[in-house]
Amino acid sequence: MLERLKKIQLKKGGFISFGIILIAWETSSHFVPPYLIPDLSTLLDKFLEVLTSWKLMRHVFITVLRVIIALTISFVFGATLSILMGFVRKSEDYILPVLHFVMGVPALSWVVMAIIWFPNIESRILFILVACCFPNYTLEMYDGIKGIQKDLMDMLQSFRPTRLQLFSKLILPSIVPAILTSWKINVGYATRVAMVAELVGATTGVGFQLLSSQEMFDMPGAIAWTLMLIVFLLISQFSLEKAERYLLRYRPSTN
Amino acid sequence: MEKKIIVVDNVKKIYKIGRKQDFVVADGLSFQVSKGEVVCIVGKTGCGKSTCFNMLLGIEPTTEGTIRIEGRDPYKDFNYFQTKIGAIFQTDRLLPWRSSLENAVIGLELVEKSKEAREEIALKWLHRLGLEGFEEVYPYQLSGGMRQRVGMARAFTVNPDILLADEAFGHLDQVTSNQLREIFLELIKETGKTCLVVTHDIREAIEIGNRIIVLGKPCRNLLDEKIPEFSSEKEKGEYEERIFSVIDRGEV
Ligand SMILES: Nc1ncnc2c1ncn2[C@@H]1O[C@H](COP(=O)(O)OP(=O)(O)OP(=O)(O)O)[C@@H](O)[C@H]1O
Ligand SMILES: [Mg+2]
Repeated sequence: MLERLKKIQLKKGGFISFGIILIAWETSSHFVPPYLIPDLSTLLDKFLEVLTSWKLMRHVFITVLRVIIALTISFVFGATLSILMGFVRKSEDYILPVLHFVMGVPALSWVVMAIIWFPNIESRILFILVACCFPNYTLEMYDGIKGIQKDLMDMLQSFRPTRLQLFSKLILPSIVPAILTSWKINVGYATRVAMVAELVGATTGVGFQLLSSQEMFDMPGAIAWTLMLIVFLLISQFSLEKAERYLLRYRPSTN
Repeated sequence: MEKKIIVVDNVKKIYKIGRKQDFVVADGLSFQVSKGEVVCIVGKTGCGKSTCFNMLLGIEPTTEGTIRIEGRDPYKDFNYFQTKIGAIFQTDRLLPWRSSLENAVIGLELVEKSKEAREEIALKWLHRLGLEGFEEVYPYQLSGGMRQRVGMARAFTVNPDILLADEAFGHLDQVTSNQLREIFLELIKETGKTCLVVTHDIREAIEIGNRIIVLGKPCRNLLDEKIPEFSSEKEKGEYEERIFSVIDRGEV
């Protein structure tokens, strides 16, 4: 899956595939009622309408903000757990089983629980997102910490570092790749989960707009909102890749 | 009597493998090293040389017996030995995200010292080891021999009183390892450091050391003597053979 995330640039093949899909879509739109498959120019109009209207774009920003806040909190929480497991002996035995259990809970179950537990909409969404995302951070980073070579640890120890120095000079730089990977995985995941979370009770956000589109049988709307999300995902993956290229520049390039 | 800077007294080291099983790596290991001496430690592969090396370095405790360096325990008095012991390892152990210079400077980074001062020192050593022009490159851009040079520069940069080396030239090709050994010899002669060099290469030990300690398995000293001056190659060859047979038979 990561390999797939890594290469998001469109190659010639991509253009051709998308071209075929668009032509097929446009052709079908002439044989099927527009509320099922609207033609491309209607879609484009709707997309531009969302893009140029602050009243509508607001919903995209709200969703993005929710995702970013939730991911930040998940990251801090997840990182703390992974460091705890990495440095407090035996804590792994207590934390890991619970973590695997939590990861087994479907997003929809979190939604149900959140509705029952939290009257406030924002807390619900935050709870659902954090519950879904923090285990990924913990596990990825814990793997990173476990993967630190004892050789390098011994080398640094021979210079007598403080705990803080050990962390900043060896552990943190060692797990940068794991941190980047975990963010890559989680941005996409959190955005998808946010859609589900915003379906229940929210009056803002892309998920809410998708629900409204469905209730009004507004196919162009549904597609325009979906496209907005995809654009957000592409932008964030692109930024993460930029960051990765900079932060991991010490690695031999594979191509 | 000369002052003994390293005193190893009846050290025993046991690793627990499995619930009830013990693995004895060292038993009855004792030797002493005076200031300025270059002592080579040889022994069969797997006899526990690296384990002893780690115990001397203070990153591994002894199970029984004591190790004293300048009268202190390198494991218990861990922090005292900052910049006092330098280590060169079998593999370069460079941090991949740091350039040569940043790797060489790391020991000084841990003690309070200005950036300019510590980089000046590290640069001096990198240049001394023939790495001009490679200060800013990452380890993956260096050859194995050059990486090992950076590892040596890193050890010399903290200007330690005692230098420990564990098979520092072992895994390199013949030419490179000869070159590095020569530079190493030159540097330790020049700086007059107390050195403990672990190796499996008898010829290397005779080349570098004033004294040789042969370890048995589990680690204990079978033989501990001054390396004599040789008047001929033949004499040297005979000496090598003698050491070899001690290692091989595990007794004197
Ligand atoms: N952490 C450990 N736990 C259990 N056994 C260990 C551990 N470290 C080393 N050993 C065992 O101790 C023995 C000695 O290992 P050591 O690496 O010290 O040997 P060595 O003399 O340096 O060998 P070489 O010449 O191959 O480097 C080996 O049999 C090894 O399996
Ligand atoms: Mg070894």
